[in-house]
Amino acid sequence: MKQTPLHSVHTALNAQMAEFAGYDMPIQYEQGVLKEHNWTREQAGLFDVSHMGQITLEGEGVTEFLQKLTPSTFSKANNVAKYTVLMNEEGGMIDDLIVTRLSENKFFAVINAGCKDKDIAWIKENLPEGITLTHFEDRALIALQGPKAENALKQALGIDTSELNYMRYMEDGDYFISRLGYTGEDGFEISMPNDQAAEVWNKLSALESVAPVGLAARDSLRLEMGYPLYGHDIDATTSPVEADVTWVMGKKQNTTFIGAERVLNELENGASRKRVGIKLTGRGVAREGAEIFDKDGSTQLGTLTSGGFAPTLQAAIGQGYVSQGNIGDAVIVRVRGRDIEAEIADIPFVQARTKKTVKKAA
Amino acid sequence: MSNVKYTNDHEWIKVEGDTAAVGITTYARHALGDLVFLELPETGRQIKKGDDFAVVESVKAASEIYTPVSGEIVEINEALQDDLEGLKEDIDTGWIVKIKMNNAEEAASLMDKQAYDAFVAGLE
Repeated sequence: MKQTPLHSVHTALNAQMAEFAGYDMPIQYEQGVLKEHNWTREQAGLFDVSHMGQITLEGEGVTEFLQKLTPSTFSKANNVAKYTVLMNEEGGMIDDLIVTRLSENKFFAVINAGCKDKDIAWIKENLPEGITLTHFEDRALIALQGPKAENALKQALGIDTSELNYMRYMEDGDYFISRLGYTGEDGFEISMPNDQAAEVWNKLSALESVAPVGLAARDSLRLEMGYPLYGHDIDATTSPVEADVTWVMGKKQNTTFIGAERVLNELENGASRKRVGIKLTGRGVAREGAEIFDKDGSTQLGTLTSGGFAPTLQAAIGQGYVSQGNIGDAVIVRVRGRDIEAEIADIPFVQARTKKTVKKAA
Repeated sequence: MSNVKYTNDHEWIKVEGDTAAVGITTYARHALGDLVFLELPETGRQIKKGDDFAVVESVKAASEIYTPVSGEIVEINEALQDDLEGLKEDIDTGWIVKIKMNNAEEAASLMDKQAYDAFVAGLE
């Protein structure tokens, strides 16, 4: 199994370790998933996400290349991060990722751990002459998420992000700092050389406001935000229209990306299924694979693609694809043969508390 | 001699006559983490040794609980559904179900406290 540069830090903290995307990763630390979840919502959670892939694409025409790989259009402004998806020829998704413009002809992207190899192979297969793909296997990635994150970053590392807006990027020495995350809280992802990861981790975790958070709470936090998890809620067969992420396409519509035919057709004529939030109103927990039925329990509408307990709501939630239904509709979720009352719910389940735009004084 | 026995799936049973109360051990309780829901079976159900009869949902995952003895479920501890903290190695209150056994030898062949403690020590 592969290890991140912080592996020995996790084992020293007595983390419960398990395999994730080929890496031996911390699932939870001694606090446990519930406390880690709440800590991130109230203080600042520290996550090792070094298993994720970090790449740059550089060269003349790189913007056009990205507008072929993804259904998005990219602003000309530097240091702007954007959530988007890599498309396949069939209009399905190869991965979801964050892409940041560093300069006119250079972008930085963070890709899912489990998708790294196929993403890189796909990009290389399509790579036009003059554009270079670089994979930074020598860099670690640490996420710091929660209302105390900005202060913690200042205190521990002396990095002032008070004027860095949401979905914006800055560099500080060897660090690449992006104000974004996967929890719905204000926070950062900090990329650094592997050999500096332990020092950054230790400086941050020395603060009273900072505690380590494992992958289990990372999952419950993202579930509350209704963020899709690649390989579960979205995959090579689901389109951005079905997944309800057409907002990645922006206002200036891109119509020439790979897989556009299906996506444009679904935009015009509708898709046969749509990703929705599901909130259980009856007792129980429903997870990936649970069947979703209409309220009589007679017609199957779809299947849950992920689900679990939402500590912030003290309720069980999930997401899945349904062939019909609107927000507020009563449905039944079948778990091990038992019918649990539920409803189609608006996502996010919990409102995001990401950084509000900072307007510089005139 | 104690009438409480243990399994290597970390269940305990307390035998009284032909009835066994079944619960989970402190080790299992700790491994499950933060509990959010307990799914109980119906009384009257016939179960065989090794069948799962209840499901504990933690924030992380769903875990099945297996019966170490065969028989009929004659009582369920519904109070636990409203007080998941009560699901613990307490042989008087922490039981999940009571099973009317149809083969007392299944219970006799389980580990006693000393053997179970040694088994758990070997896991750490």
